[in-house]
Amino acid sequence: MILSRGPKLCNFLEWRGLKVVYKRYASLYFCMCVDADDNELETLEIIHHFVEILDRYFGNVCELDLIFNFHKAYYILDEVLIAGELQETSKKSVARVIAAQDTLIEHAKEQSNSLSNIIAQATK
Amino acid sequence: MALSGMRGLSVFISDVRNCQNKEQERVRVDKELANIRTRFKNERGLSVYEKKKYVWKILYIYMLGYDVDFGHMETMALISAPKYAEKQVGYIVTSCLLNENHNFLQLVINTVRNDIVGRNETFRCLALTMVGNIGGREFSESLAPDVQKLLMSSSCRPIVRKKAALCMLRLYRKNPDVVNTDGWPECMAHLLNERDLGVLIAVMSLLVALVANTPEAYWNCVPKCVQILERLTRGQDVPQDYTYYGIPSPWLQVKTMRVLQYFPSIEDPSIRKSLLNVLQTILLRTDVVKNINKNNASHAVLFEALSLVMHLDAEKDLMSQCIVLLGKFVCVREPNIRYLGLENMTRMLLVADVVDTIRKYQAQIIASLKDPDNSIRRRSLDLLYAMCDVSNAKNIVEELLQYLTTADFGIREELALKAAILSEKFAPDLSWYVDAVLRLIDKAGDFVSDDIWYRVVQVVTNNDDLQAYAAEKARNYLDKPAVHETMVKVSGYLLGEYSHLLARRPGCSSKEIFHIIKEKISAVTTVTKAILLSACVKVLMHCQPPNQELFEQATATFRRYENSVDAEVQQRAVEFLALSRNGLAMVDIMAEMPKFPERQSALLKKAVDTDGDAPEVSATKLRLQQQNSMALVVADRRPPNGDLHLLSVTEAGASNQYPKHAAVAESQASEVPHSSQSQVHSNGATQQHASGTPHGDLLGDLIGTLAIDAPPAEPTTGPSDSQALEAPPKSPAISAASADSLALVVLDAAPTQVQPLKSVSEWFRELSVKDSGVLYEDPYVQIGLKAEWRNAQGRMVLFFGNKFTAPLRNVRGSVLSPPHIRTRSAVVPETIPPRAQVQVPVDVACIGASRETAVLDFSYNVEYTPVKVQLKLPTLLNKFLQIAPVSANEFVAWWRALGGPPSKIQEVVRGVRPMPLTDMADLFIRLHVGVLPGLDPNVNNIVAATTFYSGTAATLCLVRVETDPLDRTQMRLTVASEVPNTTYELKELMKEQLVDIPSLAQPSRTSASSLAAMGLTAPAAALAGLI
Repeated sequence: MILSRGPKLCNFLEWRGLKVVYKRYASLYFCMCVDADDNELETLEIIHHFVEILDRYFGNVCELDLIFNFHKAYYILDEVLIAGELQETSKKSVARVIAAQDTLIEHAKEQSNSLSNIIAQATK
Repeated sequence: MALSGMRGLSVFISDVRNCQNKEQERVRVDKELANIRTRFKNERGLSVYEKKKYVWKILYIYMLGYDVDFGHMETMALISAPKYAEKQVGYIVTSCLLNENHNFLQLVINTVRNDIVGRNETFRCLALTMVGNIGGREFSESLAPDVQKLLMSSSCRPIVRKKAALCMLRLYRKNPDVVNTDGWPECMAHLLNERDLGVLIAVMSLLVALVANTPEAYWNCVPKCVQILERLTRGQDVPQDYTYYGIPSPWLQVKTMRVLQYFPSIEDPSIRKSLLNVLQTILLRTDVVKNINKNNASHAVLFEALSLVMHLDAEKDLMSQCIVLLGKFVCVREPNIRYLGLENMTRMLLVADVVDTIRKYQAQIIASLKDPDNSIRRRSLDLLYAMCDVSNAKNIVEELLQYLTTADFGIREELALKAAILSEKFAPDLSWYVDAVLRLIDKAGDFVSDDIWYRVVQVVTNNDDLQAYAAEKARNYLDKPAVHETMVKVSGYLLGEYSHLLARRPGCSSKEIFHIIKEKISAVTTVTKAILLSACVKVLMHCQPPNQELFEQATATFRRYENSVDAEVQQRAVEFLALSRNGLAMVDIMAEMPKFPERQSALLKKAVDTDGDAPEVSATKLRLQQQNSMALVVADRRPPNGDLHLLSVTEAGASNQYPKHAAVAESQASEVPHSSQSQVHSNGATQQHASGTPHGDLLGDLIGTLAIDAPPAEPTTGPSDSQALEAPPKSPAISAASADSLALVVLDAAPTQVQPLKSVSEWFRELSVKDSGVLYEDPYVQIGLKAEWRNAQGRMVLFFGNKFTAPLRNVRGSVLSPPHIRTRSAVVPETIPPRAQVQVPVDVACIGASRETAVLDFSYNVEYTPVKVQLKLPTLLNKFLQIAPVSANEFVAWWRALGGPPSKIQEVVRGVRPMPLTDMADLFIRLHVGVLPGLDPNVNNIVAATTFYSGTAATLCLVRVETDPLDRTQMRLTVASEVPNTTYELKELMKEQLVDIPSLAQPSRTSASSLAAMGLTAPAAALAGLI
């Protein structure tokens, strides 16, 4: 439905009593389904906001980034939206949280690495 | 980054991406799934790393659109892992893979709760996020207080609190009861003081949901919201982080204004004044700028401000500013803004009298109708429809007709309908209306529903001065070589009725008209053929003095169809042939159709029905509210007297807008119990004539169905009589054992003739083992029931649906409960709008065991006749049972402990409907009595256990059934529990269910008359050995 629409049309689509708000970034489409009386432009900018955050995180985000790091995308989305509502509108604070989370995981990995090193050495 | 180390996953993703086609991809995915499955089977050998990797792979496969039916447990196991890295994977994948309806989720509630109340902040965040995204009712019940605590806590960091706010929102949506209203308004007001805008926006989302449901409780938040809005618009005190393209958090502005729209109105003068000031600022300062994102964001705020102004119904100058703005928007090139301009203009029409101002923009709006964008075209169509009135109808309908030929198929039918409605409603004169609709049919016959042409016929029939004009038009259209079938129908009909009015005009003599009709008759469908045949006979009748040549041609035509395969066409041909030989006598029979009773156009209703989306509904509703069509002349209104026969005719007529009563009868035959009406139609036209039926109904037969197989010798017997005989018995005595469970007491059924469509007790029996279904249904109303039971509590939702096209009035429904059951039900509204459904929740609590059930005392009025029924609600004992898992040892121990009567009762039940033991076990489970297989050494016995909940008590009940393989119609039933009354009632309930098995339990089996089989042999030896 979205794909069949040409460029330069509006970003809204009526569908089964709901509205689909979509935006195209190169070959990527982002879409959100909202109630008919929700604010469409606001939703459109939520999409853009999310994309900007992705952009900042990955550094000029592209399709491949998202495919190979789909789980990161999920995590970032979780920091932006919960229960379908906007959670944080500050890019900085989202970035902070994600960075903190990355450190945690890195940390965990180092630990396990060092642990396995120790085991490896011990069993030598 | 987590993936850097996960090579397996990257390789897999690359593999999938390198697949040439879908088939290859499927093969690759299947291979991976098989691999993961085997790896998960011997879970012990899996390292943490592998577990994570496989779970991510499962999610990826799931994202690609494949069904993944395993791995859920492994995923959820990660949630309980002690390390963040695993927990995170577990939480994220769970929230993507599962939804709130998965039973699995209940298994992790405890883990999630521990994370939420625990000390670790990052764990808290993960847990809150997952619950916020997929938490269901169970989560609501067990987690709400903890989440609330986090939200209010001053020691938590903002990151936790904003998640808690949104998590609370989710829980509230799932179960509004979690917010016990006391204290919440104060809490929310307190939260609005929050300085952190991240938390504030989350809180605002929660507030929107709360206020949407109960605005009156949250008045105290209004001044705060206005303050926040003031702060934001002035840009005071907004950290750089929270501005978006220079605009202070547009989202928060929008949300805050959304909250304010849920309050009925804001009275406090000073608050109102500052709010209006803010709105004024927003309206004035928003400009179109280059940057598209800034533009969108500022306009998002602006449009929200517009809605708020409309809602406040503010001073005239603010409103007129809005209109000017909207006028600007509908003319801009930018499609989003134009779309929203059109949409909001339509909304504005609903709240304010601004048609005159909006009319200035008509040309631009019409231009949007030709926009390449489908979404914009729809909005524009809707706006045109809403703004149409007498002054611009000609213009707008003209545009719609033109647009019709190029419009996309999906929208054409709606477009045709709307054009037809507007052209009738706002016709400057009726001849223009006829023109417009005939052109509509001509241009887009495929999309013109029958209702549209029926309506033309109604209007023409009721307006004498229109008839000649319409007939002439019809003649011209029908004379064309290729005419749409619908056009043939309407023209044929009009010519039959009114062509004699044209007799003196050139080209309009009876012979010529007949010729035009005859030309078409061979190439049309049978329905149309029937109409044309009637037209022919009418033309023939009007030919005065009789013309031999025409007569011969007509009879030749009738002869041609005398042997038609279609019964309808054949009957008409035969009858018309016979009638035409009667000469003048025909005049009485073939007289002009009588006027139609005045009625609202069916089209309006249909427009509402076909509307899918909300703004459109509102526009169509607006139309419905406006005064009725001015086109119809009141004519020949049937007196709404108490005569039932007439009553059913008017009702049927009003409910259906076919131009012919006969057609009404046909379409309603299955719904409305007819009396005289269907009688009339069931007889051949000749008999009716002989018996002197009013010619109005008789003529109806010209178009309607003539029931060819009705016995001509008995003119008074129609299908309706037999229908009445076949009507379901009002109080079917099912069997001796269940005689006291008659479900229906029709108090006053005789005069109304409104009968349930099926046996009410049948419905009740189905509901006694099911949690949703129909409770009652008659031609006018349907009552559905949906229930949830939990221990001693239950909630039933009754759905009252009006099947009728008129509102159902004087509706009363009250739930009467016996002493052992407490009920609390919402009020049933007094009027149910046409085709609408209202939901009435009923809370039930059980305090003791009894066979009596709550009763719904329900009544409503059809016209002036009351219909009253009393319906048993399925608040049976078994609804408060829950299957109890009992081990063999426990069972034996309890069974022994519960010695004899009155704790343990035994009865030999006779007249049991024979069924295999497996079916019986199924029935028990449906009754919430848990069968314990293999516990009884005798294969012909069933033992079962269940817990009965009442008040705060829970009673374990044990059941044993001993059947006789030689005689399945009898059995020995033993029930034991600590409470004698419960034992007795449970035994009675089970007996009832066994003797009178709900038909759905065994659909395939014919009901062997069990009562006849009571050839009581003594219980066989197999029954002897008790444990």
